[in-house]
Amino acid sequence: MKKFTKEHEWIVLNGTEAIIGITDHAAHELGDITFVELPAIGAQINAGEVLTVVESVKAASDVFSPVSGIVCDANKELDANPQLVNDSPEEDAWICKMKDVDASELDGLMDEKEYRAFVATL
Amino acid sequence: MPYIANTDQDVKEMLQAIGCKDLDDLWTKAEVKGPYPQFKYMPQAMSEFEVVKHIKELAKRNKTELVNFVGAGFYDHFIPSAVSEVTSRSEFYTAYTPYQPEASQGTLQAIYEYQTAICTLSGMNVSNASMYDGGTALFEAMMLGCRVTRRRRAVISGAISPIYREMIHCYSSNLSVELVEVPSTGVESSLSSLLDSINDKTACVIVQYPNFFGSIEDWTEFTAEVHKRGAIAICSTYLTSLAMIKTPGEMGFDVVTAEGQCLGIQLSFGGPYLGVMACNDKCMRKMPGRICGQTVDKDGKIGYVLTMQAREQHIRREDAMSNICSNENLCALTALVYLTVIGKEGLRQVARLCSSKAVYLRNLLLGIKGIEPVGDSPFFNEFVIKLPCDASEIVQKLIDRGFAIGFPLGRYYPTRKDQLLICVTEKRTKEEMKALANTMEAVLWN
Repeated sequence: MKKFTKEHEWIVLNGTEAIIGITDHAAHELGDITFVELPAIGAQINAGEVLTVVESVKAASDVFSPVSGIVCDANKELDANPQLVNDSPEEDAWICKMKDVDASELDGLMDEKEYRAFVATL
Repeated sequence: MPYIANTDQDVKEMLQAIGCKDLDDLWTKAEVKGPYPQFKYMPQAMSEFEVVKHIKELAKRNKTELVNFVGAGFYDHFIPSAVSEVTSRSEFYTAYTPYQPEASQGTLQAIYEYQTAICTLSGMNVSNASMYDGGTALFEAMMLGCRVTRRRRAVISGAISPIYREMIHCYSSNLSVELVEVPSTGVESSLSSLLDSINDKTACVIVQYPNFFGSIEDWTEFTAEVHKRGAIAICSTYLTSLAMIKTPGEMGFDVVTAEGQCLGIQLSFGGPYLGVMACNDKCMRKMPGRICGQTVDKDGKIGYVLTMQAREQHIRREDAMSNICSNENLCALTALVYLTVIGKEGLRQVARLCSSKAVYLRNLLLGIKGIEPVGDSPFFNEFVIKLPCDASEIVQKLIDRGFAIGFPLGRYYPTRKDQLLICVTEKRTKEEMKALANTMEAVLWN
């Protein structure tokens, strides 16, 4: 099940491995994405820390990690084609995968319905 | 209209906030020492003629006609008149910051061509639109290394200009960066000691090529080793020499910086100068400063614009690559015009003349009793000689006889007070060099 943060990241957990990306709302607000800095494989990140930076023509935005874990994969598609984040932010343009994730850290996050309602209030 | 917009009420509130009862109290607490300026005793006003006469008399105290054999990072190269003809055109001279690209295509194209020239000269992929000078550019390169590797330790060669090393220490003094200096040996950069100093916390290794003493070293294997250990390799270079020797790009450096003064910029007693920075693709997004890019407009016509601005502080704020929000636009233009006027062949000729004349002078000087060589490394246009006495004394005597003989190393290297760093550019004639050798001999032995 996909969960969402107030900072507009989404996360899907499979066992102890999580896939993370930014939401449609975030991609839309940022405008044309020009660059995604992929996190280093092996990096140990704590929940709430900056995972990476997404750059657009008008801004550079920090992406915060929703959970603690170790980066085990990064989406190299985004190197050649950062535009993918605008085309398919919540599916094909996943940013990275993390392992050793504690499932309980997702409990405080919003589900899809809650998140879309949250966005509507912004 | 007052320049400082604070009202008396503003001043009162500010003083209250910091616990001072009035301005005198503030100066006392801030330990601002007197004597404070007194404006009661100003000299009588002078006419324009008297002012001009007075300033000219002050200016006469400078020695502007010395035959110049000083290098140490700032070089007396010939500047064709066409350079200032082009740069002093008001369209270039008064052009402001090109933040509105639609109104700045001329200056932006010039920046883009400057960047291209720097890449061609240095063998690197991307150049920025320039920085303030070679020393601050080198510091910025060090910080780039820290950003790219996410480490905070820099290994610095002792064969880098001592002026630049002092600048790096000064700029880093309140930053959490560990600086490790590896002393040079003689006129060489101690490549193996530099490698031994790299550990897994090392962000970058910084060297100079040709080094401060003029020596040329091949860094190709060195940079490969640096990369194996996860650090990046930074080179501070002398752009004119690159017309003749292997480029830092070919040797595998990740970042190249330089003082661009040698490309058509007047010595001017220290500035304005030109900070050059170029890097490979891996470092591009972490590079500070402005970068000009080429694109097309809505009608498909080529246009230029400052790009990748998401690195800069007006977008990233405290996460920006640097707080520099400027460049040396007119100096960068000067460098571009110089290179265009001189041309590729011309620059090669300049380099060849510098090199062969330096060899000639060195041989002449080593033929004088008491003058010894220091080291035997290949050099571009600078070399070190050892005198049978204090070099600073000889420097003064030679100034009195019309020669700026060289840079006395004792100023920065306390154990080398008898050594002199001498530079020859294409401007020095055989007659001048012979006259120098004769004068040296006379001063040493008469």
